[in-house]
Amino acid sequence: MRKVISFTLNGYNVSAEVESHKMLLEVLREHFELTGPKEGCGQGECGACTVLVDGYNVDSCIYPAFEVDGKSVVTVEGLLREGNKLHPIQQSFVENGGVQCGFCTPGMIMSAAALLNENKDPSEEEIKRAISGNLCRCTGYVQIVESIKKAAEMI
Amino acid sequence: MNQLRFVGSNLPRPDAPDKAAGRALYIHDLKRPSMLYGKIKYSEYAHAKIKHIDTSKADKLPGVRAVITGYNTPEIRIGFIRDNFALKRGKVRQFRDEVAAVAATDPEIAEEAIDLIKVEYEELPGVFTPEDALKEDAPLIHEEDPRGRPRKDNIVPVPWKFVSGDVEEAKKKAAYIAQGHFETPLIQQSCMGTAGCIAEFDLQNNLTIYTKTQIPFLAQNDFNRALAAMGLKGKNTRVIVPTLGGSFGTGLDTHAYEYIAILLAYKTGRPVKIVLTREEEFTALSPRQPTKTDIIQGCDKDGKLLFREIRMLLDNGAYTSWGATTPSVMMLPISSMYRVPNVYYETTIVYTNNTFCQAMRGYGNPQATWAIESNLDDLAEEAGIDPFEFRMINRNVPNDITPMGLHISTCGHKECLEAAAEKLSWKEKRGKGRKVARGVGMASLFHVGGSGRVYRSDGTGVIMKLDDFGNVSVIMGGVEMGQGLNTALTLASAEALGVTPDKVTVVWGDTATCPWDVGTHASRGAFTACNAAIMAAEKARKKVFELAAEHFMPRVKKQLEKRKKKDPDFEIPDLDYERVRDPSEFDMKENIIFLKEEPDNPFLKVALEEILRAAHFKQEGTMIVTEAFYDPCNEMIDPRTCKGNLSATYIFGTQGVEVEVDLETGRVKVLHVVAAHDVGRVLSQQAIKGQIYGGVIQGLGYALCEEYKTDKGRNLNPNFLDYKIFSAPDVDFPIDIECIETIDQEGPFGAKGVGEPGLVPTAPAVANAIFDAIGVRIRSLPITPEKILAALKEKAKG
Repeated sequence: MRKVISFTLNGYNVSAEVESHKMLLEVLREHFELTGPKEGCGQGECGACTVLVDGYNVDSCIYPAFEVDGKSVVTVEGLLREGNKLHPIQQSFVENGGVQCGFCTPGMIMSAAALLNENKDPSEEEIKRAISGNLCRCTGYVQIVESIKKAAEMI
Repeated sequence: MNQLRFVGSNLPRPDAPDKAAGRALYIHDLKRPSMLYGKIKYSEYAHAKIKHIDTSKADKLPGVRAVITGYNTPEIRIGFIRDNFALKRGKVRQFRDEVAAVAATDPEIAEEAIDLIKVEYEELPGVFTPEDALKEDAPLIHEEDPRGRPRKDNIVPVPWKFVSGDVEEAKKKAAYIAQGHFETPLIQQSCMGTAGCIAEFDLQNNLTIYTKTQIPFLAQNDFNRALAAMGLKGKNTRVIVPTLGGSFGTGLDTHAYEYIAILLAYKTGRPVKIVLTREEEFTALSPRQPTKTDIIQGCDKDGKLLFREIRMLLDNGAYTSWGATTPSVMMLPISSMYRVPNVYYETTIVYTNNTFCQAMRGYGNPQATWAIESNLDDLAEEAGIDPFEFRMINRNVPNDITPMGLHISTCGHKECLEAAAEKLSWKEKRGKGRKVARGVGMASLFHVGGSGRVYRSDGTGVIMKLDDFGNVSVIMGGVEMGQGLNTALTLASAEALGVTPDKVTVVWGDTATCPWDVGTHASRGAFTACNAAIMAAEKARKKVFELAAEHFMPRVKKQLEKRKKKDPDFEIPDLDYERVRDPSEFDMKENIIFLKEEPDNPFLKVALEEILRAAHFKQEGTMIVTEAFYDPCNEMIDPRTCKGNLSATYIFGTQGVEVEVDLETGRVKVLHVVAAHDVGRVLSQQAIKGQIYGGVIQGLGYALCEEYKTDKGRNLNPNFLDYKIFSAPDVDFPIDIECIETIDQEGPFGAKGVGEPGLVPTAPAVANAIFDAIGVRIRSLPITPEKILAALKEKAKG
């Protein structure tokens, strides 16, 4: 089955004709040519594909594309401000060593964005819980947690 | 040394903004016009004869452009001793063996086509443990060696043996002896970005391959050899490396999937992309080698080590990769960690029908250190000496030559041990937590810190190219895989050349444009590339100052005249504008050229870009491009004696861990980790911390939860639900990093390689802490709650 879905993507109204079995990640990457959401596992286990749907972080690799019809989707690209200015969370990851190979980074940042939408002053434990679905093999998470903590202070 | 401006600073990594914005392009993000998608059909048996492959249905599927097998393509041999094939013919030797592949216009069609390929097998008895592989009647994994000569057994012909002194005699003299059998599991590197490539041919049949590798130039050689096997002798490969989503050793070999993409691209005449799924990354890419180690160490009555004897049995799996050479690195800690005069080490590596293994961060060192440092605690216990004191007695010292012939120059082992003990409150805590099942433990590491001469060359090239605006392209042969090589090289280049880091762009990852490098392994990336950059910068400075001799004073005069024009009140100072200066009179810092004798004269300063433009825009002008090839002062190991000064310098570290054990569940809770490392000098604060934190957490995963489980050669946990790596909430304890700066004379600004060490001593430090907490010794990794409970039960029995 194919269907035209309409949603807002990073603030713009968009639509796409997709097949019923397609996941949101594939639509974002293939149809809209976004490179921010990554496929690390395709099974909802690593979180590299994390995007916001109506403000909540979801694993877009197991989120059916049909489901975003009428909703709002934000990817890491959507956090950028005018003139390619980094969002404070992105800036904090840069300044505090939250990035190494970078493959988990977009997903990690989107989980952080979802957290900071809800909770302006999260504890270290709350930060760790918020990114518990985002795996990273390079950093040992220490500088990522620091990055999110400092981002909360900046915002 | 002058005060450093950028080296050792906390400047962010240059590639971080693009990565944080989702703009960095990994292999997953690359597309080529008219690209096809490749997919591989793997074996359904661990050991079987291939009777027949029927591809007729796959061939007919709309969208399929090629179906290949070992029977309709030229034989391409791969592997360290060329015992593997891109596509298998005759028989399969492991579950992941590649028997067929397709290229299709869409990944889903490719997958469907794979399912339509039917392979008829005749199952053969398999060999799944190294002990079984050694049995006299064991089925042969390879009936012939790569030269076609019949094989009689399953032993891989790469025997590693090291002997120094007389261990038997030392055993007689020893006052205390400890003996044990230690094991480590298969583990998976778990790069967040899976492996993949795009292969394409131009109309002259030269190959371009975008691929995830740590060895672009050796890969070029491997692929050129494959082209020759395909009848394209003399044709060339251009290897382009995209942004890597981690690598951790997975990119030290070229892989069957890359050759399959090449075969498919050649057959179809179109670019072909193969990216491994997460499941394939687990099942079809090689994990870290498992080990079985028998160790005996002995000391005299004062606790001085007298001997170390180690015998290892290694399950290589079905084929060799460079991983078969990991014993050459195991030999380093075995022969040289702590001062020990008499050493005996031998390995037996065997073929089995398990998945074959490859390199992973640490390259054998974690497996060896696991046995040595666990057993060392047992020996300290035997001798009745505190394990920290015991280590201090036997620690490595500066300016020493070890039994393997390693020349230790700078050595911060003492400082690392002391830092670990102090930060861990060792004196207050050791031996005092038994009642509450809390304990502290420590373990050290010894590794190459000044690259390692694995090949005849240990070289790396750097080119420095200066443009009209004073920008500097630092073009290197090494590979940035996330570790922070670009950051280190940016800082070191800026420092050495006398420019600001924002003027530096590191260019890498293309064999057609970058200078040669042997590969990013052995923690050598920053050590070698920064040394090469220092040499290239020296040449560039010389050229800049030669140009300055000609252009400096005229530029100064012009600048002052300009100023006078704008500001009529300005008085042009009375300087000797006609004087011809000597190049040796100049210095440059932060993009500004000035006279050494008058560094503070505000009028005698010219921007680098002014000089460069003056040199470019004139009749018979010139440009500044310099190059340097750095090859460290180290030696290859003598293949007969296994002796030789492998590295230009060595690296030391001690990690301390405090744990609490839940006696009901057997769960180990980490309370505190201290990682004290001799790093030579910190090149980048951010990068070094990132590497050590990351290493420690990988090390804790190795210690406590990571295990690649198999049943008769088949992987049982090819996903992150069943293969557990640490997640953020698991890191609920402080990690203290202590960087000991020993300023090594061979290192760039004194730095040593730090890529691998972070994870090397973590597991034995945990096991030693567990022993302190509950009095049981766990000898096999990972240390699961089940093993703890079983050991406690055993202990209770007495």
